[in-house]
Amino acid sequence: MRRAVIAFTAFLSGLVLLLTAPAHAAAADQGLRGTLTFQGQPVNGVKIVVTTESGQPVAEVASNAQGTWQVPVDKPGRYKVTLDVKTLPQNMAVRGGNNVRTPTVYADNFSAVLFALQAKGAPGQPQEEEESSFWGQAAQLAFEGLNLGLIIALAALGLSLIYGTTGLTNFAHGELVTLGAILAYAFNIGVGLHLIPAAVIAVILAGGLGYAQDRFFWGQLRKRGTGIIAMMIISIGVALVMRYTFLILFGGQNEAFAQYTAQPGVQIGPISAAPKNFIAMGIELAVLIIVGVALLRTRTGKAARAVADNPALAASSGINVDRVIRIIWTMGAAIAALAGIMLGLSQNLKFTMGQDILLLIFAGVTLGGLGTAFGALVGSLIVGLFIQLSTLWVPPELKSVGALAVLIIVLLFRPQGILGRRERIG
Amino acid sequence: MDWVTIISTTVKAAIGVETVLYALAAIGINVHFGYTGLLNFGQAAFMAVAGYGLAVSVTVLGLPFWVGIAVGLAAAVLLAIILGIPTLRLRADYLAIVTIAAAEIIRLVFRSVAFKDIFGGSDGRRGFSNGFYALNPFPEGEYGFGWFTFNHRVTWVLVVGWILVALSCLIVYLLMNSPWGRVIKAIREDEDAVRSLGKNVFSYKMQSLILGGVIGALGGFIYGLAFASVQPDIFGTETTFFAYTIVILGGAARVLGPVVGSMIFWVLLVLINGLLSGAVEAGYITFMNSTQVGPVRFLLVGVGLILLLIYRPQGIFGDKREIAFDAR
Repeated sequence: MRRAVIAFTAFLSGLVLLLTAPAHAAAADQGLRGTLTFQGQPVNGVKIVVTTESGQPVAEVASNAQGTWQVPVDKPGRYKVTLDVKTLPQNMAVRGGNNVRTPTVYADNFSAVLFALQAKGAPGQPQEEEESSFWGQAAQLAFEGLNLGLIIALAALGLSLIYGTTGLTNFAHGELVTLGAILAYAFNIGVGLHLIPAAVIAVILAGGLGYAQDRFFWGQLRKRGTGIIAMMIISIGVALVMRYTFLILFGGQNEAFAQYTAQPGVQIGPISAAPKNFIAMGIELAVLIIVGVALLRTRTGKAARAVADNPALAASSGINVDRVIRIIWTMGAAIAALAGIMLGLSQNLKFTMGQDILLLIFAGVTLGGLGTAFGALVGSLIVGLFIQLSTLWVPPELKSVGALAVLIIVLLFRPQGILGRRERIG
Repeated sequence: MDWVTIISTTVKAAIGVETVLYALAAIGINVHFGYTGLLNFGQAAFMAVAGYGLAVSVTVLGLPFWVGIAVGLAAAVLLAIILGIPTLRLRADYLAIVTIAAAEIIRLVFRSVAFKDIFGGSDGRRGFSNGFYALNPFPEGEYGFGWFTFNHRVTWVLVVGWILVALSCLIVYLLMNSPWGRVIKAIREDEDAVRSLGKNVFSYKMQSLILGGVIGALGGFIYGLAFASVQPDIFGTETTFFAYTIVILGGAARVLGPVVGSMIFWVLLVLINGLLSGAVEAGYITFMNSTQVGPVRFLLVGVGLILLLIYRPQGIFGDKREIAFDAR
């Protein structure tokens, strides 16, 4: 075990040598942003003044050539945003005449501030027209929820199969997600590779580390006969070690990949999103389908499901249980790393990103049924959709609260989850 | 390197405020995990509802100090009941996931902008401890001997804190040597056997969850009173995990295990911090800077937890046969 920790730490220390000074300024966790357009064209050079609710100045910015502006703020809370009408081009005015907004900024979120512009002298329309309709908003959120659900599903698949085959509730699985993102970042920013090859290398490396983790650490513990609860608490220790190693190597700030960070959105029906999101979802879906087919059709996949179902029976029917577990660890770590890269692409990278998503992964896995592969998929998609759609009614900062509350309610009424079986829950 | 400061802060840590509040949290976990075999990963939530119960009652509602304490304790009992009903019939790992999720829900609600008027958002609440310090019998000044010297406020907190620790240990000792305690320990060993004797296992587990939660809640009070404030992020999942490390270090299912564990944990943590910071400042260590010392400490906590569970799961005082490390 000590060997594994030392080897792992040594590997990560090697990586830090590859990291040059961070090329990106640290992005704040939250803030305000908006886009100014007039008849479909961006409006450049309009001054936006942001103050706190009590009038303390925060920042003054001007919209850029794309018409966008952005103000990071240190603390969540209510802010006052004023559009300086004198800096608007002569022929334009703010619709409704009100050039002050008081949006609320939530932690780790950028709030959009809407200023609709119209030709000067045009009849002032009330604001309802500009507010997108409820169903339009719902479609947009469903899209985002699907994206999040697919990311959770990638991570959940490995967690669920590891649980099914070894009985380990792995609290360090979130750190495997962070590991993927940070490895990709190291090759992307540190080495200077394009994100796509960097991501491929990161996924392969993470898979190798997953193999090593099982070969030198968890496998040895199983051989020693360490109890399941002891292993669960050990996984917390592993999570602490990995998380703080990331903090030491990566730092506490938010970072972004070099490519695909700011993409102009495209509009498809009621949904507007950056093209990277569509491609990311395509990749996630493809990987999930490949893994699903592999589980259903290949020998190893069938063996994996057999071991997850009943390890003793699988072993007695000639399946090499240790080999299957090792393959599951390798694949689980690799796709968790992919989930981390996708998460880093749609949000920011941070050393706690895996820790933050871990409970949502648990929610997905529990909802679908602990230990089942396809249950984890279904559960994760439901959790992702639920989280995003719930923001129609609850503030975005509390969206995870709803998902975790659902986790507890599910356990109350159907503890085996959607696809789980009753006898598993004891 | 300033050896005197390093050694004196280390020695002080053995009886300091952190030691007291983590000892209380750990005694609670010991009741849950050590004696009953319940994997409560949400101990931080019990501390949080107690600290916030007191803070909100006093600052927002303007109630007296003692009412605030009562509200905090009631909140902890209520939380135990709400958590226990859906999970105590399930296997240990489900309880672990649900309690950790509940702790996160509570932390997120406390730090949310939506409830800022009540809980104060990420800044938390302050200005509720005057009622406690008004009871302080120590006049202004320094108390103690040698390196164990504290000002009158800290002395008062420590006196109250150690009395609470002693009382909690006494209660745990008496309960665990009573018929009630024998049933609790039997539940840890074999739930079905206890059920077959006609005992209501669910009810016993619930009582254990409430008792451990209330003892943890005392730790939440001590935090709020000693630092005269509560912030949501203090009560994160890592607080719970450190308390687990303390229980396992001292020895689970031993009355004084968590207390000794907490003393050793904090002495080591403060010592490592002092040595590393000193070495970095003096230039003995060049591969890291002073901001990396904090994370290194917590990394070592993780390494320590792993090594303990592999090589000495019973900790310092524990008995290997008495530890519930197999899921049932």
